[in-house]
Amino acid sequence: MQALVIVAHGSHLNPDSSTPTFDHADTIRETGAFDEVREAFWKEEPHFREVLRTVESDEVYVVPLFISEGYFTEQVIPRELRLDGWDVSEWDSEDGVSATHTSLEAGDVEKTIHYCGPVGTHDAMSDVIAERAESVTAGRDVDLSEDFGLAVVGHGTERNENSAKAIYYHADRIRERGRFDEVQAVFMDEDPEVDDVTDFFETEDIVVVPLFIADGFHTQEDIPEDMGLTDDYRTGYDIPSEVEGHRIWYSGAVGTEALMADVVLERAADAGAEVGDAVERVRERTRADRADTSAAGD
Amino acid sequence: MNATQFDALLSAIESDGEVAHDGLLAGVDDDGYYIETPDEHREALSEGELHDAAAAASDHVTNWYYWERVIDAGDEAREAFLHWIERAGEHPVAERYDALADGVERTWGELSIRTTLGGDGLRTYDVTHVDDAQADPTTLDVHRDPLDARELFKTDDDGRYRPLRTAPTLPTGWAFPDIDGHDLVRLVDFTYPATVQNWQREREGRLDVTHWRETAERQTGIYDVLDELDADAVDWIAEACCDDSQCLRRREWEFDEGHELAADGGTGTFPCREPCSLVVAAARKWTTLEDETERTYQLDLTLSELRQLEEIVDAVAEGRTDEIREADVYDGANRYRARYLRAKRFDEEGQFDVTEIDRENE
Repeated sequence: MQALVIVAHGSHLNPDSSTPTFDHADTIRETGAFDEVREAFWKEEPHFREVLRTVESDEVYVVPLFISEGYFTEQVIPRELRLDGWDVSEWDSEDGVSATHTSLEAGDVEKTIHYCGPVGTHDAMSDVIAERAESVTAGRDVDLSEDFGLAVVGHGTERNENSAKAIYYHADRIRERGRFDEVQAVFMDEDPEVDDVTDFFETEDIVVVPLFIADGFHTQEDIPEDMGLTDDYRTGYDIPSEVEGHRIWYSGAVGTEALMADVVLERAADAGAEVGDAVERVRERTRADRADTSAAGD
Repeated sequence: MNATQFDALLSAIESDGEVAHDGLLAGVDDDGYYIETPDEHREALSEGELHDAAAAASDHVTNWYYWERVIDAGDEAREAFLHWIERAGEHPVAERYDALADGVERTWGELSIRTTLGGDGLRTYDVTHVDDAQADPTTLDVHRDPLDARELFKTDDDGRYRPLRTAPTLPTGWAFPDIDGHDLVRLVDFTYPATVQNWQREREGRLDVTHWRETAERQTGIYDVLDELDADAVDWIAEACCDDSQCLRRREWEFDEGHELAADGGTGTFPCREPCSLVVAAARKWTTLEDETERTYQLDLTLSELRQLEEIVDAVAEGRTDEIREADVYDGANRYRARYLRAKRFDEEGQFDVTEIDRENE
């Protein structure tokens, strides 16, 4: 038997923090690719400390629903899961965006734990960001390939230098694909700042996608106000909103995009999980979801 | 006993030679088949005679089939829990089947779980909030999927977020009727994560308790400060957070192996093996607060005002501010009473008008 455990931050204060984790877990449950799927949290229950004992399977694939490689994925999660012999070098990611996976024993259960890199630095994440841009413009009779810019928003430094690397990594990859006329990484806490987002684009339309796992204080309050979409987040804002002669299409956290389930699955598959055609099925399903959304918008 | 169940028994005897389960013994030897229950022993049977004897001992056969073929749990905790739910350890099969025909009730935290016997020994489970156990089922919102518990139990009856799944604030008004054993275990896990596994570890004498000191010393980042708290403060934390009125788990962790806390650990069915994330997060705040030096202040109050301050602290600590009636000015924590005290005793900065004394003695 094989189990998938999705580990996420969770919150003591915000009840919606865990919602994307539950949603992506359910998408993967429906594929039947794993005998068991379980969610675990740093701030909710089951806690990282106790989740491994809640699954029966001998083979457990642990995928962190985190954006960057750093404090949580390299220190907190392995420690709390009691992954014996963990060392960050096992991920073989000297540049901070190339984590793979490693197989270890855990101190409190007799199982093999395949500990994967975070979803945020997987290549498939670039697709999710692009998909998020599609979702926010779906059904609005616009063509993203014509005169559209894309801003990928990160938190910024704080206590983790890899935080910004993940943002630049995906911004570069999406820029190389040529889908958008311009692609720019911006941050809440460092330059270039999201406050000045319109300064960095020639295009009239800018899709702004925050590389965050869940919607919360930063994505729902800070970023909309910082960009000038609204003076007070409580009064809401339009999509798109006019700011300094640009039209801003603000998407909210990328982590709520249904296609995120695909990245979780790919992380587990890269680590050796047998997932059959689940990756294709999740991709088809999440595309169908967007088609539905689009039809509803017309 | 149906044909599938008898065929399963036959094939189990053929592959293993003998089946022994919960008072049932059935097998094959040189004389033919044999079957034994606490009431009867038959031997030297043909297959047809075994079938008739098994049919006569139907309860034992369906009981074997349920546990070995339907539940067949990969980990012992799930099976042990389902056994406990129907009090399997307390009564032999015949008595248990009589009781199950009427329904056997157990509580797990605030879950009321009623087990009844369906056809051919299959158990079905009805789960409600303990306060709804006697409610008219048509008044409850019916759920079938255990996954629903994640969202359903995220908030209490007042719509407030429950960050602690084992807080005694499970909402009411729902029912999971007629679910099977697998779904029951999942429902309990989504309601009270890991409690079944920890309860079973404890029963087997192998609960891996992590005491405060070890948890505190393991912390990094913003929680790195936790190991500065002394045992008195940890005792107050346990009294504040881990009491039965706040959490349904029974605290088994202490300050450390050789230093028990004075606070009551509680009477919960399932154990708490380590300070939880809420305790850790709150302890960080208390670590900062305990870092402050005590000083002596002079504050002029009447005796009644002093008593009122105590009543306000108590009302907040017991979570009873919502219960204090609008015009009940006899309760010191009444809103008008508190507003009066504030109007009288606070200064322009919204603080008590106090004088610090003895500062020069430091």
